[in-house]
Amino acid sequence: MMNNLNIRKNNEYESQVRQFLKDLPITLPCIRSVVFIDANHIQVEVIPSDILQFYNTVKPRFLFILLTMVALDRRREYANWQVRTIWCISETPIFLEVVTNIDQSNTVPELPSITPLFPAANWYEREMYDFFGIVPVGHPDPRRLAMHYHWPNTNFPLRQDENRSTFPPYISNDEYFQNRTTGSGVMEIPVGPIHAGIIEPAHFRFSAVGETIVNLEATFFYTHKGIEKQLEGLSIEQARYIIERTCAACTVANTLAYCQALEQIAGTSLSSRATFLRVIFAELERLYNHIGDTGNLCAGVGFHVGIQEGAALKEILLDLQERLTGSRYLFGVLRLGGVGVDLSPSDLSLLHKTLAEVRKRYQRLIKTMLLNTSVVDRFTGAGIIFQRTARELGAVGVAARACGVDRDVRRDIPYAAYTQFNPIAIPLRISGDVLARLEIRIEEVAESFRLIDAAIQHLPDGAIQVPLGSLPAASSGFSLTESARGAVCHWFLIGPNQTIKRARLRTASYVNWPLVPRAALNNIVPDFPLINKSFELCYSCLDR
Amino acid sequence: MKRSWLGFRPFTSSYPQKKETPAAAVRGRPALNLELCTGDAMCAQNCPTQAIKSSPWRVDLGKCLFCGACAEACPEQAIQMSSEFELAARYRLNLVVDGTGKPVDPLLSPELPTPKRSRNLLPMLPETELEVLTATLKSQITATFHRSLHIRHLDAGSCNGCDWELTTLLNPIHDVQRLGIDFVASPRHADLLLVTGIMTRNLTLAAIRTYQAMSEPRLVVAVGACGCSGGIFGASYAGGGGIDTVLPVDVYIPGCPPRPQALIYGLLMAMGRLNPSHEFENKHKD
Ligand code: SF4
Ligand code: SF4
Repeated sequence: MMNNLNIRKNNEYESQVRQFLKDLPITLPCIRSVVFIDANHIQVEVIPSDILQFYNTVKPRFLFILLTMVALDRRREYANWQVRTIWCISETPIFLEVVTNIDQSNTVPELPSITPLFPAANWYEREMYDFFGIVPVGHPDPRRLAMHYHWPNTNFPLRQDENRSTFPPYISNDEYFQNRTTGSGVMEIPVGPIHAGIIEPAHFRFSAVGETIVNLEATFFYTHKGIEKQLEGLSIEQARYIIERTCAACTVANTLAYCQALEQIAGTSLSSRATFLRVIFAELERLYNHIGDTGNLCAGVGFHVGIQEGAALKEILLDLQERLTGSRYLFGVLRLGGVGVDLSPSDLSLLHKTLAEVRKRYQRLIKTMLLNTSVVDRFTGAGIIFQRTARELGAVGVAARACGVDRDVRRDIPYAAYTQFNPIAIPLRISGDVLARLEIRIEEVAESFRLIDAAIQHLPDGAIQVPLGSLPAASSGFSLTESARGAVCHWFLIGPNQTIKRARLRTASYVNWPLVPRAALNNIVPDFPLINKSFELCYSCLDR
Repeated sequence: MKRSWLGFRPFTSSYPQKKETPAAAVRGRPALNLELCTGDAMCAQNCPTQAIKSSPWRVDLGKCLFCGACAEACPEQAIQMSSEFELAARYRLNLVVDGTGKPVDPLLSPELPTPKRSRNLLPMLPETELEVLTATLKSQITATFHRSLHIRHLDAGSCNGCDWELTTLLNPIHDVQRLGIDFVASPRHADLLLVTGIMTRNLTLAAIRTYQAMSEPRLVVAVGACGCSGGIFGASYAGGGGIDTVLPVDVYIPGCPPRPQALIYGLLMAMGRLNPSHEFENKHKD
């Protein structure tokens, strides 16, 4: 996947980045070792005490985009803890993996926090402590993240010596909300975790002066299911069922990242029919999400025609997906080494016909919405995210593109058959408000229609699944895909006998949630549902 | 026919008055052809949730993901994914069925799942008189909720699939309001708590408080494989194991996720609007 690059953007940086990486060991003596995993993936080892020096030196040179951060408990095999941080450099398809080993002789494993340098690392580091007890020293906000106040302080569930099914006792320690905003006229509005409406749980604590939000504290992880722990030791086939169900709305994007990561480790080359079908399913998923979200946005402003028409169109697509694949949410369509569902000529014509009708109705819905001043008025200028904030927090997807961050995995690091459909139109806006996010969705919907139609037209013949091949134990890999909500990056370490040893699932919602409290600042409380919906983030894949 | 504002005709489904036949691809209850079965247990080995037991063959619909792996794995093609989706049951035990879909007799199978409130860890939910009272009120509940039911949804750790299916109940196609069912914002207004997800540890306290905030008589419906048994996520350090580990469940709706029609069927069962042979009764025509 990573060798097959077709980048239109930033080519001018690429040679510079390559030169910089080649020179790394010379310029930076704090690097212990350098491994070129492949032409675009370089791994460097840095000792914990030199981490800050390393980043301070390299940070001014290029733009470092945090993809994921994985902690590993390797005390049994190598007598150490390991933290791997994977970066994408300056929007080129070149990945830098920074490996740090922490000796297990330290009673409390510690690592200097890089959050002050890279705010995007915030949650990754807090999670590192939550699950492994590795302390990010110097972290500006070291509260526990996934483990709420009732978890014992000594419980780090992803450590190897913690049993998967041991249920830790409840302790009462009700000190979770420490960041209080006080002052005269500041009022606190607690909302959730159980919300009005059919949505997932999270606790929002607004501090407002009059109607204006001056601070928003959000608590997530109410639906923390321990997925990463459950994946440990599962066979790669069984693991697929859990990864599919990390999030129903992004199941294709998540499972595709899983399949691709493993196929890349095993060196599988797919049939071209399978890659085209993957594009069709991935785009169908983006399509129904975007169309449903357009309707949901209307719910934020009480525009009922839009809500109902959006819901109706989404239902038509879900029904179509059920007819084609047997699952309304596309569970089970992807397999390791290909896809599990083939589309017959009659399926393809049903798909084509239904999409033509949905496209017509969607355009009419958009016209109705955008001609309605009371709708557009509420959308304009609400929930603004500045480009700087988006870049610092590493925003992905619609939210990033709505404020001028031009990133899309389908184009930048193409996978499946996306190279066949170039150029893929990636819409961009700079205003960063609710309207911009809606406009991005509208244009992406149009592009999805085009991609699916093109894929139907050029669908090659052939097998839909090939054998995966064998995965060497202790090999690792990761893969990126573009879900409706943005880039997904899943990392896997393979264990003996084709099992998963460790998985780190990072979805688009995980990266984008910290944007929502920022977007809400200085807006009025009644606009919050609208702002929240315009990001359309998911809790279940964030909480895992 | 009347034209709607955007120029399209209304197309609301008439389930359950009219039976619905799902498309051929739809996977319902796994059915076994006993004559072809050789008892090699390939199905049980390949099932991601250990929902199947071979010899005697049975499937726990409360755990089943309706993924079709068992049918794919069977070398004799003894298992077919039937199109049966109306699978809701009042008792957890009734979800364990044999090859024909008949519930297994619990007296003959002592190892069947027994719902128990295993995670009464917080001293929040004692077996109060009220709860006992609720049990005895079951028959009156049917009368009370026969025509109108207000639902409070609660996500206790789902993958979002079940929740999205619940939202489709309010779209113009399924439109459960035509059956007198509606979703409300507060548990204080609700007759029924519709719970999706595995019941995570982090949400347990909020779930109990939501339940306690409802007025009597109240119903609890567990949705999806997760809600019935923990489904694919099972139980772990983070909780799980299904809704009945914490709350008393009145109706279980299997599926992963259950189709909207399956949800409607389960809700009608909770309201007592299905007759003894499980057909929809439309006594109250307005
Ligand atoms: S989950 Fe259900 S459909 Fe899937 S293999 Fe098990 S019994 Fe069969
Ligand atoms: S039952 Fe299936 S669809 Fe429903 S929440 Fe669980 S995993 Fe998701």
